[in-house]
Amino acid sequence: MTVVEIAGVGMHRFGRFEGVGVTDLGVSAVRGALDEASVGKGGFQAAYCGTAYGGVATGHKVLGALGMTGMPIVDVEAGCASGAAALMLGAAAIRGAQYDTVLVFGVEKMPRGIIRSSFFDPWQEEAGLAATPAYFALRAQRFMRTSGVTKDHLAAVVVKNRRHGAHNPDAMYRSEVDAVDVLSSRVVCEPLHLWMLCSPNEGAAAVVLRRADENSGASTGGRVRLAAAVLRSHLPGAVLSESTPMAGLADDSLPTPTTLAATAAYEEAGLGPRDLDVVECQDTDAAREMMSYEELGLCPPAGAAEMLEAGVTSVGGRLPVNPSGGLLSKGEPLGASALGQVVELVHHLRGEAGTRQVHGARVGLAHTVGRGANAGVVIVRR
Amino acid sequence: MSGTVPVRQGLFTDTDPPHLLGGRCTVCGHHHFPRHDTCPYCASGATVAADLSATGRLWAWTAVTHPPPGYRGHVPYGFGVVELPEGLRVITRLTEADPDTLRADQPMQMVVEPLHEDEEGRTVVSYAFAPLEKP
Repeated sequence: MTVVEIAGVGMHRFGRFEGVGVTDLGVSAVRGALDEASVGKGGFQAAYCGTAYGGVATGHKVLGALGMTGMPIVDVEAGCASGAAALMLGAAAIRGAQYDTVLVFGVEKMPRGIIRSSFFDPWQEEAGLAATPAYFALRAQRFMRTSGVTKDHLAAVVVKNRRHGAHNPDAMYRSEVDAVDVLSSRVVCEPLHLWMLCSPNEGAAAVVLRRADENSGASTGGRVRLAAAVLRSHLPGAVLSESTPMAGLADDSLPTPTTLAATAAYEEAGLGPRDLDVVECQDTDAAREMMSYEELGLCPPAGAAEMLEAGVTSVGGRLPVNPSGGLLSKGEPLGASALGQVVELVHHLRGEAGTRQVHGARVGLAHTVGRGANAGVVIVRR
Repeated sequence: MSGTVPVRQGLFTDTDPPHLLGGRCTVCGHHHFPRHDTCPYCASGATVAADLSATGRLWAWTAVTHPPPGYRGHVPYGFGVVELPEGLRVITRLTEADPDTLRADQPMQMVVEPLHEDEEGRTVVSYAFAPLEKP
């Protein structure tokens, strides 16, 4: 059986970088991944670039700056899961014996402020319906009503992730906060306060995928393999799905895009939530992280509050979630976000994550979800 | 010029009381909003226009405190989901901008709400839902 190995990872830290172009960010991450994998010019047969705001031929510009073109270069847009989508395509091409080595990277320089998306029609903007954080807030309110999660829990997620992020040199926010600070930041859309929302920003991440044989030395030992890379969209009908429709059906039985992706990823990897040692998940807002605990099967329905309170998802707990600090600490560059999570997991699986290291981590899961709807779930293992 | 103009034609009526203009699929039976020729749930082309109920119940709500992109009206404004008897949940503006005054399953009625004035001095209006006034 074909094993897809992660032969190298690279990252340009997430933040705001005046005067640094999206191409420069990409070059930095790609160079890092290629160096780690000892892959040079001509060493990969295809490249997949995740980006949502990069514009035409973003991937070509990055590889053009390195003089590494000629192979197929495909830009992939899948909202917040763009990097996961690129990874899925790259892995499938190796499993399908189309290529031996592929480069997958993601880059982004987000506009400042609330993300303006071409998703909405002009009249929807005029009517005030393009209020992205308001959709997060409605989802948070519904979740809180059914799960027993309170605003104090939301603040605790922020405190946890910012505490983790203080140990991550690639994060944008590296200071710890306390719950009082979070709850006294201004209300953006009730129940969400400003500090409970991640900031759109800039960054890049890259991985080199390489074919290895199940029985070869390359797939064992300290090497990290890609066990699953899945992308799913929404099923029609859910009004608060990340698909952001104008109306939906009064039906609460529809599985979310995240659940669809997670179920498929566990099957592809031959693993379940109990096998996980570390998780990076989409904390666009604090409630979104706790919803993900349930949707990814990390806890039983309505079990997210207890899981958080017990410290299970803190570094040092049984299943740390967002040891990188999450998007709440790193910020969210859409195209780079999912691959940034994968880079983080690879560092943990190699034991190279420094003071935020999840000790003994052998299996990790990365989750992204956003507009489209698009949900990506990636599983990596030693 | 004066008078009012809807933010988009074909979304709601100017009757008293006003209501939303949706559709119903004659194959799967689901209602949808706004009106489409193709059913957004089963892809059938056999849809018919359907006048949606003017009243429903509040399913989720919040308030928008800063103007989102492309919006020229006032803030804060209410924002939420109202569930209509047709089995449809509609994303909508709410006339009530203080979330603390609203409660789950509260009866709501559709109203026409002014957004802003356009370049010709007309009032651009949209659909919204307001707490149902007690008779």
